Amino acid sequence: MSTVIRLNNITKIYHVGSEDVHALQSVTLEIQRNEYVAIMGPSGSGKSTMMNIIGCLDTPTSGLYELNQINVSEMNDNQLARIRNKEIGFVFQTFNLLARSDVLHNVELPLIYGGVGSSERKKLAREAIGRVGLTERIHHKPNELSGGQRQRVAIARALVTQPSILLADEPTGNLDSKTGDEIMALFDLLQKEGNTIILVTHEEYIAEHTDRIIRLRDGHIEADHAVQNKRVINPLDVTEK
Amino acid sequence: MRYAIGEFREGLLIAFNAIRANKMRSILTALGIIIGIVSVTLMGTAIEGLNRAFNKSIAAIGADVLYVQKWPWGGGEEWWKIRNRRDIRIQQAKALQKQAVFARSVSPAAGTRRQAKYGKTVLENVVIVGTNDEFPITMGVNIAFGRFFTTGESDGGRPVAVIGSEVAVNLFPNENPIAKTIKLGNGNYRIVGVLDKQGSILGMESLDNRAYIPINRFFKDFGNRRGGIQIMVKAISLKDLDEAKEEVRGIMRKARGVRPKQADDFAINQQEIIIQTFNAIGVVIAGVGLFITGLSLFVGGIGIMNIMFVSVTERTREIGVRMAIGAPRRTILQQFLLESAALCLMGGIIGLMISFPLSLVIDQILPTAMPLSIVAIAILVSLFVGVVSGFLPAYRASRLDPVDALRYE
Repeated sequence: MSTVIRLNNITKIYHVGSEDVHALQSVTLEIQRNEYVAIMGPSGSGKSTMMNIIGCLDTPTSGLYELNQINVSEMNDNQLARIRNKEIGFVFQTFNLLARSDVLHNVELPLIYGGVGSSERKKLAREAIGRVGLTERIHHKPNELSGGQRQRVAIARALVTQPSILLADEPTGNLDSKTGDEIMALFDLLQKEGNTIILVTHEEYIAEHTDRIIRLRDGHIEADHAVQNKRVINPLDVTEK
Repeated sequence: MRYAIGEFREGLLIAFNAIRANKMRSILTALGIIIGIVSVTLMGTAIEGLNRAFNKSIAAIGADVLYVQKWPWGGGEEWWKIRNRRDIRIQQAKALQKQAVFARSVSPAAGTRRQAKYGKTVLENVVIVGTNDEFPITMGVNIAFGRFFTTGESDGGRPVAVIGSEVAVNLFPNENPIAKTIKLGNGNYRIVGVLDKQGSILGMESLDNRAYIPINRFFKDFGNRRGGIQIMVKAISLKDLDEAKEEVRGIMRKARGVRPKQADDFAINQQEIIIQTFNAIGVVIAGVGLFITGLSLFVGGIGIMNIMFVSVTERTREIGVRMAIGAPRRTILQQFLLESAALCLMGGIIGLMISFPLSLVIDQILPTAMPLSIVAIAILVSLFVGVVSGFLPAYRASRLDPVDALRYE
């Protein structure tokens, strides 16, 4: 297994007024390809900061971050935008779809920024939409879809560039538990298909879908352990509405 | 390259979606630009009309006429040298008449002051002008009634006269002057026509206290010992004045036998001062007019800037999402610039669609047409306003921190 993420001594300090807030303090961590990881912790534990740094939305104050053996901790804004486009697929709690665009356009958006030609783009986007089971809704606008379907669109958008990691921030936080289970089943499936998935969550039962839980507290890694009783949802139990 | 095209198309799509999504707001915002473009283009059209009117009146007062004379207007050269110049001769007028391609008409003129007499009525100091039959064309004067003398009368030096309106009123208070015989100096002349009232030059010498006779008759009756003649050459158009001047110079040098390295021994005068004055007035009117109407466009631009700031704030989260999935800052900047440029361009085009019919209305009052250059400028200006007033909001959008933007509620 190759290492996808290597965090070495990562520290992030925010300046709030005259005070320095240590959001992350000397965090060292490795995540391998095709791992299924949950990052947990109460609010203020630094898990959002960790997600932003792993997702290349933010850079650490000090320390080394290697993504696929490439040092990204000192990249400039444009290089980071490129890395986010190619290597990272974001899934947000609030879906964050473009309200005025249909499913197809939402999904092909990363490819537009990646410079993929129109016909290739459409093909890849349709494939990704197929993988989340929304082929029939391809020309629907987000407000014509249910919450679960919207999150599927967001997942398709994250998948379409075939990124190195899928980074999901409370992906079921805005969904009822049944729909949440459907989304988790989809993540389970995607992981089996070879994707590296990092979930940021504070729900134990969501984290139990993964193989490994990293617990943060006050900017430190408090615990990093394998999941004993892995929750598995039989995909047959979950049928699409 | 492909990235740039995809990005540009995406930008346009976003722009039109955004404009469509906020129809009322877009229209109200564009209204500022619409009003600005309408007023600027109409002002441009009106200025074009004024210019045309200017050119027309310049032609009427003879700004397109070259005066070939011994003495230059305005002086500057040594007078004793000029005094020794040979007089301008009628043969040179004939040479010009035959050879000058850029001349619409050529008229020689010789003048003197004499007494005019009809019956017992006497007028002192009437200016007698000897000229040819093309004089009305050359000087742009109209015949009030009767006619000007013909080519035959002119060449044959017949004793006929055309009188100015002042002479007509004073000599013939109660009579029709046509076909009456008057005495100019010592010769008898039959009146064939009366000219329209022309007024005076700068309020000084009246142009209506004159009598015009064939120049050949003039030489016979009044001699021409002093000063020789002058030749007036009317150019085909005001635009051709410079070419006409060069041509006249060449013909005159040849006719007078001036050797190649010698300086001209004659002067070609023109009403440059009048043209310059008119142009200066035109520039001032155009400048002031466009400045004032430009202000409304400026106000429109401020409206655009304001609404773009609102648009950026409203879509902070969307900007965050776009950044998260890989849009570089430049792309975000371009997206909002395109939106504001599209909004202004739309305003500009609507403005043109409104001002074009209005320009046809202006045409009824002041003969004009909306110049194509104004249309092109209007479109470019509205694009420019869009880019300039969109820049600050777009720049602010592009500098957003993706983490903050994603968290924005």
